[in-house]
Amino acid sequence: MSLETDDVKRIAHLARLAIDEADIPGYARNLSNILDLVEQMNSVNTDAVRPMAHPMDAQQRLRPDVVTEVNQREKFLANAPLAEAGLFLVPKVIE
Amino acid sequence: MHTKSLAELAEGLRNKDFSSEELTRSSLARIKQYDIQLNSFITVAEAPALAQARQADAQLASGKAGPLTGIPIAQKDIFCTEGVRTSCASKMLDNFISPYNATVVQKYNDAGAVMIGKTNMDEFAMGSSNETSFYGAVKNPWDLEAVPGGSSGGSAACVAARLVPAATGTDTGGSIRQPAALCGITGIKPTYGRVSRYGMIAFASSLDQAGAMAGSAEDTAMMLNAMAGFDPKDSTSIEKDVPDYTASLNNDIKGLKIGLPKEYFGEGLDADVAAKIEQAIEEYKKLGAEIVEISLPNSSLSVPVYYVVAPAECSTNLSRFDGVRYGYRCEDPEDLEDLYKRSRGEGFGAEVKRRIMIGTYALSAGYYDAYYLKAQKLRRLISEDFKQAFEKVDVIMGPTAPSTAFKIGEKSDDPITMYLSDIYTIATNLAGLPGMSVPAGFSNSLPVGLQIIGNYFDEARLLNVAHQYQNVTDWHRQIPKGFE
Amino acid sequence: MQWETVIGLEIHTQLATRSKIFSAASTAYGAEANTQACAVDLGLPGVLPVLNAEVVTMAIKFGLAIDATVAPLSVFARKNYFYPDLPKGYQISQMELPIVEHGKLEISLEDGTKKVIGVTRAHLEEDAGKSLHEDFQGMTGIDLNRAGTPLLEIVSEPDMRSAKEAVAYMKKMHSLVRYLGISDGNMQEGSFRCDANVSVRPKGQKEFGTRAELKNINSFRFVERAINIEVERQIDILEAGGKVVQETRLYDANKDETRSMRSKEEAMDYRYFPDPDLLPVEITAEQIETVRQTLPELPEAKKTRFISDYQLSEYDADILTNSRELADYFEDVARQSGETKLSANWVIGELSAMLNKEGKDISVSPVSADMLAGMLIRIKDNTISGKIAKEVFEAMWQGEGDADTIIDNKGLRQISDTGAIEKVLDEIIAANPQQFDQLKGGKDKLMGFFVGQVMKAMGGKANPAQVNELMKKKLA
Repeated sequence: MSLETDDVKRIAHLARLAIDEADIPGYARNLSNILDLVEQMNSVNTDAVRPMAHPMDAQQRLRPDVVTEVNQREKFLANAPLAEAGLFLVPKVIE
Repeated sequence: MHTKSLAELAEGLRNKDFSSEELTRSSLARIKQYDIQLNSFITVAEAPALAQARQADAQLASGKAGPLTGIPIAQKDIFCTEGVRTSCASKMLDNFISPYNATVVQKYNDAGAVMIGKTNMDEFAMGSSNETSFYGAVKNPWDLEAVPGGSSGGSAACVAARLVPAATGTDTGGSIRQPAALCGITGIKPTYGRVSRYGMIAFASSLDQAGAMAGSAEDTAMMLNAMAGFDPKDSTSIEKDVPDYTASLNNDIKGLKIGLPKEYFGEGLDADVAAKIEQAIEEYKKLGAEIVEISLPNSSLSVPVYYVVAPAECSTNLSRFDGVRYGYRCEDPEDLEDLYKRSRGEGFGAEVKRRIMIGTYALSAGYYDAYYLKAQKLRRLISEDFKQAFEKVDVIMGPTAPSTAFKIGEKSDDPITMYLSDIYTIATNLAGLPGMSVPAGFSNSLPVGLQIIGNYFDEARLLNVAHQYQNVTDWHRQIPKGFE
Repeated sequence: MQWETVIGLEIHTQLATRSKIFSAASTAYGAEANTQACAVDLGLPGVLPVLNAEVVTMAIKFGLAIDATVAPLSVFARKNYFYPDLPKGYQISQMELPIVEHGKLEISLEDGTKKVIGVTRAHLEEDAGKSLHEDFQGMTGIDLNRAGTPLLEIVSEPDMRSAKEAVAYMKKMHSLVRYLGISDGNMQEGSFRCDANVSVRPKGQKEFGTRAELKNINSFRFVERAINIEVERQIDILEAGGKVVQETRLYDANKDETRSMRSKEEAMDYRYFPDPDLLPVEITAEQIETVRQTLPELPEAKKTRFISDYQLSEYDADILTNSRELADYFEDVARQSGETKLSANWVIGELSAMLNKEGKDISVSPVSADMLAGMLIRIKDNTISGKIAKEVFEAMWQGEGDADTIIDNKGLRQISDTGAIEKVLDEIIAANPQQFDQLKGGKDKLMGFFVGQVMKAMGGKANPAQVNELMKKKLA
């Protein structure tokens, strides 16, 4: 599997990553090599195999519906790049 | 003090041979003196550590101390530590002061351990050489031009250089075992779900597991005692009693069935490393163990499967780093799109971006079945191999890594070669099994690690098997030159 | 050409839990920004989700109520996209294995016909936060209090053929979730909102036309308007020989139009995959049975019972079972007063009118069921007439006390003293001899005139039955 410049751009956009134009061929090469490695998976037929999402075949545990969290806004906002009036600020979102 | 094991230090504290403050100061002094060469710490938490040490001393004086009270330990910088920078070795989190403690950190605090600092690592734990850190590469104390392994390279290096008696690590594809092997220390990756992942910054959620790194199996057992256990905050944590891992260390291992997978001794394994592993197996025979040749037929697929599953999970785990609520935000974003793209483009290093892109691709429309679903199916085949093997044997042994520590820069331009350094460790993560690395000699003056893989929740047996070996060998007692 | 409209609805209903779906933060509405967003809701590095048990119970209740299959195993998946009010860069939702599948809901149309609408699935997911577009240094503010509030997304089959049907379905669903107590259904607060998939096709054609998705409609009125406008737009395009584009559109109530939200080039690729932080949710048959025991009487069953037990008309029963609170109120009044038809008339008539007029919910009605029943008892025992009762009701509404207090204070007690009534009647006959003769002569219409005059003279307090009786005697 070989990725082209446009593929890299499309993926980078989907992942919201700014990539320098100059670095794109390098990424395309590296990513293609990784995909070649991954292609080895096709050597085994897995039609009858159930996918395994987790090492343990355990079930989800449930939490009682109880509120235990308290307001820690100031502590959390301290890490915010930009905040005002208790809100996180981002460039204007156009709907 | 630095030549003492954790167990010996704990006894010294209880006997009042020295105080926790003295011990902590000694550790801080060694960090000051040696870490310029190693770069194993990202943050040294001197003031909070001394405060914790004084608290520990008070506890020791009142007789309410536990086995770890007053022992300085280092936390891998992937664990959130309240009030202390938690960077995950990324520019993205260079300014992130965690507002809460990871469960692992809280458990060590509760056990009275002294958190001396945060260790260097590969950025977001993505790497096998510790060269992808935003804070620069970590050096291997056995050869300052060589890598310590990764991603828990800082933890491995600082324990190997005896800057601290023990440290935490995390292991997604070998990130505890491989650096433990390359730095000549003992490390354990427990069963998936044995240790809480809450507050451990996620790389690949279904593979990540926290563990301990120390000078010996006994010290590792003491560390694991404090960190293991069910956590209601982690849905994947398993509700199962935790045994005292130190209690079974001295069990006789006569009749132990050791499986040697032929796939772990084939092409790609350094001949001298192979020889050292065979010597270690000979020691086990002397201890009464029985050797059984086994096969893990799908093990060659573990690297390809891993490089789908791990990037896929990481690609979405790392979406939260978007420059909105915390972490790095680019200068003067033009609009929202620009804010996202540049904050992430500038905040993440090349390897992280590579993996995010591979994962994004593998999950994207039209490719999901061919990559992610296929990998999940193979994952089951790989773990079935282990299931069958454990019907015949008690533990599986082999090399931890195909070679000893390589030079800094040697593999950093070629991701694939780098990925293959985890060829023997990755399958354990895919299956969720516990694994260890134990020092088993030297090849060209660099440490060789013996890997021991156990059945689910069989950590006590792993530690027992490792301890019995360490009773008859002294590889784990060697200290790198220049750090004595 | 004759066109046929095809509509499917996706209803998002907030579940009325105390804490969020994956964290222990409060779901209470209206708190100061970001004070109810905990570490998990903010998607801080390292945090993990743990599923709220109540959310699962509520989904089971819903599944049972719509005759659906409750999945023995359901799986949470990540829906990946970037948006500032989505803290983790993905929404935890369900994709391949939703918790509820294959249900149905019967709706009644205005002409009295009934129709069964299929419910494809209902799945659990977390709500996002809110973007506040007021000006903060020219920027948008993000409030994550709502992030992590549990949602049940209910997806219908494309079974509806008109905006009216869509509204009927939405209303029925609204009533159901409130009956079940799984949602407060508050539409102003966004607890119940819907997306409508709308397409048109030539009548008789089997294949569906290309659909547009109308996003985030939060009132019954807007659903009808938005769908009708969208249908017109699509028909206009098709009749002009054009093609409908599959896209997401937003209904603008102010301009009364729908407009495109995203350009079609930017097709979303959500990269769904099972969330590795959560394990499959297992629901056993025993668990389902336990929940079934707690199910309240559902609207349909209640309606049938009202018709048979209280001899109500289908129309009355339908209105009274519209909401559980109204039905409970009615039953309370009927039981206390022993007058079912009268109770139904008052609850549907006077009471509902006043509630409507003041925009009040039955739960905060100034006239309680006890008070209304007390008044009906006084009608029944002839203390007051139906006409005076309106005055009493009005006074109760204004907070002047219960019926007896008001009747006493205002001297509204009905006069059933035959002597007193006859005296007034005689005076009126004397004052209107011509009319009396005409009445005698067979002009029956004048009966009402005399009764009315008596009532007027006696301040409405005369017992109307007795006035009639006396009048007949005079004519005999």
